[in-house]
Amino acid sequence: MTRMLKGLMLATTVLVPAALAGTVQAADTALTIESWRNDDLSIWQEKLIPAFEAKNPGIKVTFAPMAPTEYNSAVNAKLEAGTAGDLITCRPFDLSLAMFEKGQLAPLNDLDGIGNFSDTAKSAWTTDDGKTTFCVPMASVIHGFIYNKKAFEELKVEVPKTEDEFFALLEKIKTDGNYIPMAMGTKDQWEAATMGYYNIGPNDWKGEEGRKALIAGTQKLTDADWVEPYKTLAKWKPYLGDGFEAQTYPDSQNLFTLGRAAIYPAGSWEIAPFKAQADFEMGAFPPPVKKAGDTCYISDHNDIGIGLNAKGKNPEAAKKFLAWVASPEFATLYANSLPGFFSLNSTAVKMEDPLAQEFVSWRQNCKPTIRPSAAIVGRGKPNLDLEMWRVSANVINGTQTPEQAAEETQKGLDSWYKPAK
Amino acid sequence: MSDTDTADPAIAPIKRPTRWHIAVFLAPAVLVYTAIMILPLIETLRLSLYNLVDGQTAFVGLSNFVTLFSDPRLSASFWNALGNNLIFFVIHMLVQNPVGIALAAMLSIPKLRFATFYRTAIFVPTLLSFVIVGFIWKLILSPIWGIAPGMLDMVGLKWLFAPWLGRPDSALIAVSLISVWQYVGIPMMLIYAALLNIPEEVLEAAECDGITGWSQFWKIKLPLILPSIGIISILTFVGNFNAFDLIYTVQGALAGPDGSTDILGTLLYRTFFGFQNQMGDRSMGATIATVMFLIILAGVSLYLFVIQRRMRRYQF
Repeated sequence: MTRMLKGLMLATTVLVPAALAGTVQAADTALTIESWRNDDLSIWQEKLIPAFEAKNPGIKVTFAPMAPTEYNSAVNAKLEAGTAGDLITCRPFDLSLAMFEKGQLAPLNDLDGIGNFSDTAKSAWTTDDGKTTFCVPMASVIHGFIYNKKAFEELKVEVPKTEDEFFALLEKIKTDGNYIPMAMGTKDQWEAATMGYYNIGPNDWKGEEGRKALIAGTQKLTDADWVEPYKTLAKWKPYLGDGFEAQTYPDSQNLFTLGRAAIYPAGSWEIAPFKAQADFEMGAFPPPVKKAGDTCYISDHNDIGIGLNAKGKNPEAAKKFLAWVASPEFATLYANSLPGFFSLNSTAVKMEDPLAQEFVSWRQNCKPTIRPSAAIVGRGKPNLDLEMWRVSANVINGTQTPEQAAEETQKGLDSWYKPAK
Repeated sequence: MSDTDTADPAIAPIKRPTRWHIAVFLAPAVLVYTAIMILPLIETLRLSLYNLVDGQTAFVGLSNFVTLFSDPRLSASFWNALGNNLIFFVIHMLVQNPVGIALAAMLSIPKLRFATFYRTAIFVPTLLSFVIVGFIWKLILSPIWGIAPGMLDMVGLKWLFAPWLGRPDSALIAVSLISVWQYVGIPMMLIYAALLNIPEEVLEAAECDGITGWSQFWKIKLPLILPSIGIISILTFVGNFNAFDLIYTVQGALAGPDGSTDILGTLLYRTFFGFQNQMGDRSMGATIATVMFLIILAGVSLYLFVIQRRMRRYQF
């Protein structure tokens, strides 16, 4: 009797689930997307994946995000161990290129729909010789400043066009005292560079011109054009509100959406969460230029793509998914569910969000560029991006002069980077 | 003890069965400890002697260590982390342990009311997860939402407040004191137990000789609890040089501002696992881990072979 009971227990606990799992697997192909976009989990689960699954019965897609700062090392470890999902969200430029060169990402030149993207859009996920593309471009993000329209109306101030107007505006908000002029902290360091240096800098180093000169070695980070943005950042300090040194990224987001701060140095990815949180009208303006009439430059950074795990288990289903991501249908769906992530698809996408439209409208008058530390000069040790985080935070905190900051980053770059002659 | 002896019962000695149960009872602990502690440790030590050469893992001898100490950037971060770690340790030794001893001394006063309550209240933070402790203190000290500025304002000391966690000159002290707050219960409990162990007769004899109050503490009790203080010091040393969790929760993996709270644990984490755009470097991470292991080994050996042997113990 006991033996029979034991046999039954064994059968129910071990065999039945195994059999069930077997049948499920036979029916559905399961795909997993590795990603760092924690914030977008619900949009993937509720909008994007159901739209795909409705058209492709038999494929089950899971979106598996992790903490952004841990993403690269974690996904690399997973790829090496062979436990990564079939679809890998791609960071732009050097990081994904390294994955491709290690054979972890499959080439996608012959994917259906890859022709929907321009070379500029693909540049972030293409080899240096321009021949092989290894991720489907998804979206770019634009930097600028988001402001509280209600606050601007109360104070009867206008959107600044030049840097002088910008600082005059900040001074006015500060004197008025009702609002913190600008919501940004330096504790997490990355905002100082991403929303500070990379945001306002292109006006000084003239966008692509300066970035390419840096890669070619004809300009250095210690040149006046690259030091100038640090000098401007140093002037932000008095307008950042009490205790900004210990203010974290979520603190700044909350300060702005609670209506306590007037201006937020932003990336366009903030649009969706800000819309959900704030109960006042928001507007946006591009980084102010030095003198009225100067050409304006904006950071329009290819930020996110999606690639195919070369050693994935279901390459066919995964390719179907990628082809769908490359389609205009996905572009419209994505750009409207996540306003602020601008589609890189050549087909024009109609966006309904006015704030997102405002950001995108700058592309008409301003010259776009990408973040200077992303391509080619971001490959070595010490990592230029991380160095810029640190020194930008130091400059705003006042613990380093702009010249020291520039010198330190150039020294780090010199230690490994030899420009092609 | 083998079974062949039993063949001839006439000359067989009194049979002592093999005591299998010892091995059986030890096995789970030995197996688990070997699998999750000893093997990884050996593997880490081994990994520190290997590195990637042309994409292949190859034995490189001590060259990882040479790089660690000669590369200007790596060595600068290493010495910075070691220096910060020493400050972290010194603050614990100067604040946590004396305060712990003082609390224990006060708790052992026989007439103290609510002694159990105090004892529990002070010990509770030790039981909390470092994530909770880190998060609570980050909120308390936050210049925006925190209660610290408001409370200081109530007593007219608002000017005293600063965003401590965000300033390079105060962040390390602030984080150390948070850690002290969390762990002060441990020295308190150990010393408290040691103080309770001192026999009444000794103290009565002291009183007969006219030694009471503070001088009784300094002259009688303190020498008797010295071995416990030694144990606490070495536990603090090992704990501090392995520390990582609290700094990671409060200051993040970059251990900012400007690396001012970077200790060996956070440096190891960033090197081994990578951070944001910086890829992990396992060999260099293992090298740092090995150096940490050697530092702790040296400290513990110094204590075991030099200090503990000279310590006088009293038998009652």
